[in-house]
Amino acid sequence: MKDAGPKLLQGNEACVEGAIAAGLKFFAGYPITPSTEIAELCALRLPKVGGKFLQMEDEIASMAAVCGASLAGLKSMTATSGPGFSLKQENIGFAVEAEIPCVIVNVQRVGPSTGMPTSPAQGDVLQARWGTHGDHEMVVLCPSSVLEAYTLTVEAFNISETLRTPVILLMDEVVGHLREKVVLPSPQELVVKDRELPAGAKEAYKPYAADQGRIKGVPPLARFGDGYKFHVTGLTHGEDGFPTNSPKVGEKQIVRIWEKIHSRRKELSRVEMLYPEDAEVFVYAYGSTARSAKRAVKEARAQGIRACLIRAMTLWPFIEDVLSDVKKKHPKAVIVPEMNLGQMVRPVKRVIGDACPVIPLNKVAGQLIEPEEILAAIKEAV
Amino acid sequence: MATLKELSSIPEMLAPGHRLCAGCGAPIVVRQVLRGAKAPVVVGNATGCLEVSTTIYPYTSWRTPWLHTAFENAAASLSGVEAAYKSLKRQGKIKEDIKFVAFGGDGGTYDIGFQSLSGAMERGHNMVYVCYDNGAYMNTGIQRSSATPRGADTTTTPVGKMMPGKRGQRKDLTKIMAAHDIPYVAQVSPAHWNDLYQKAEKAFAVDGPAFINALAPCPRGWRYDPKDTIELCRLAVDTCFWPLYEIVDGRVRITYKPREKKPVTEFLKVQGRFRHLFQPGNEGLLEEIQKDVDRKWEELLALEAMHEAVAQKA
Repeated sequence: MKDAGPKLLQGNEACVEGAIAAGLKFFAGYPITPSTEIAELCALRLPKVGGKFLQMEDEIASMAAVCGASLAGLKSMTATSGPGFSLKQENIGFAVEAEIPCVIVNVQRVGPSTGMPTSPAQGDVLQARWGTHGDHEMVVLCPSSVLEAYTLTVEAFNISETLRTPVILLMDEVVGHLREKVVLPSPQELVVKDRELPAGAKEAYKPYAADQGRIKGVPPLARFGDGYKFHVTGLTHGEDGFPTNSPKVGEKQIVRIWEKIHSRRKELSRVEMLYPEDAEVFVYAYGSTARSAKRAVKEARAQGIRACLIRAMTLWPFIEDVLSDVKKKHPKAVIVPEMNLGQMVRPVKRVIGDACPVIPLNKVAGQLIEPEEILAAIKEAV
Repeated sequence: MATLKELSSIPEMLAPGHRLCAGCGAPIVVRQVLRGAKAPVVVGNATGCLEVSTTIYPYTSWRTPWLHTAFENAAASLSGVEAAYKSLKRQGKIKEDIKFVAFGGDGGTYDIGFQSLSGAMERGHNMVYVCYDNGAYMNTGIQRSSATPRGADTTTTPVGKMMPGKRGQRKDLTKIMAAHDIPYVAQVSPAHWNDLYQKAEKAFAVDGPAFINALAPCPRGWRYDPKDTIELCRLAVDTCFWPLYEIVDGRVRITYKPREKKPVTEFLKVQGRFRHLFQPGNEGLLEEIQKDVDRKWEELLALEAMHEAVAQKA
């Protein structure tokens, strides 16, 4: 988008604009409500910036094409919702294993299965973490506003490119279809990071050797066709990329791709804290539910209740340190409102333990959680 | 040949009151196909306009047992139902004859459901699969599919400086299904109701899998006046854009040959999705589209003659 100044944008549109600002050059997708606008806008916008849009025959193929395009050197993205996210899982695992940077957007709708295609939910937060099989870490970011759909998409690309890993941007139908006035950051304000390309002798390149690049545990990524010997496989592999049956070599690889994210969980953590100083009741919220939670916490403050909002933009890796600090403050309760039957409440409970009640507040089947409901839970807790 | 009076005396299996758009081709196809079943029929339905709009809570238009699974697997799910029926019948727990039919749009058939369709046909389940082909993903708002004709404007093949609508050819699914060497494959159009009815009858009657590809215009996606649906179906056939033919045990038979083959522009020009093709600069593309239609029609005629010759020899 060329002109500066305020704009009226939809969350899905902001996501595309953020992606293009971050350097998106390839999108492969498949229509599915409520994410379709992302594909449609990419079809319009990408050819104009020298990029490529592909509509594939299904979500499996979309995710596979994204892996291919990224290996060829382009910043790549796909977008989907519930059923499509399920179909993408095998290839998301491939991207984890082969260390392929890419961004997967999931605009959540009600599930399981076809569920309620036009209604919001937050039922995929654990699937985003564990949807693909095997041991792995996963970076999952979650915007609450249209502006954040833009900024977190940029972040998602930056993390994905620097850590050579898929990153999931988990929106929900409300944020995806919401229209808000936004002032987008100027290109000068924007930090855009690119993957590290190999620098040394071509013969010496090892696509999966940890010690070759600037970033600890992350090997530089050659582009297909640049003359590097580059073997890519979903099989457990050694530093040269070739499959191995050696437990020693295999363990080293599995642990390294886990460790490259796990060891950085603090720097990956994006959290907004509202009134943390003297708080006694905490609300952990994310996505569109965090908008209701913010209102509820402000109302509580107005009524003299010392409430605090912990708004998680990073869902995974879990913001364990933040919750550990909260635990030290001897809270009376931590309330976890979410549009599911209680998913993020589990990791919250795991950290808080028996220090105080961890209270789930859940709604499913497309109903938003209203500020009054969260306020009532806050009042009951004090 | 059935008369209209005879056809109208067959009980209607898709009840009125559904929420499909005025002029939608899909329910016409469904009603005409189900008339050919002549037995209790179980319906499988892929995700799509038909599924969504015929089953809005707490109502259903289906006077049949009806199964909606996901987008990609109507044929696979129905495979399970049909196999279970065969087992129950062998065990003597079901006595009567039951037919099985799956309906899917072109998205759920040509694209995401292609694998499950191919598998079901190859395994030889006794089912009819009907594709209502409206040439795009209409349920999500008109995105291109592999059934979208060349040159069509859709939201993911937007017409502009970079692109004159969809660039590539549409997939010839009817031929691909014929290549599965199943007992019966046919292409139909609702304007030729008797042809459609007879083909449905045959499809249900064969022992084994049958596939019917049905043209189903979409006023929203094709951008035309809803009252012209049947007229468009007729034009598609008269221009040979959508020939009516069947393939019985591998042998092609064209069931309707237009007395006068109309230029394909007759079919294209009444649709908003092709409007840009009639603007200066796109004459070449129009010519190519006509050439494609001519080539495919000539091929079909040649195929029919060749199969005839092979049959004579045998």
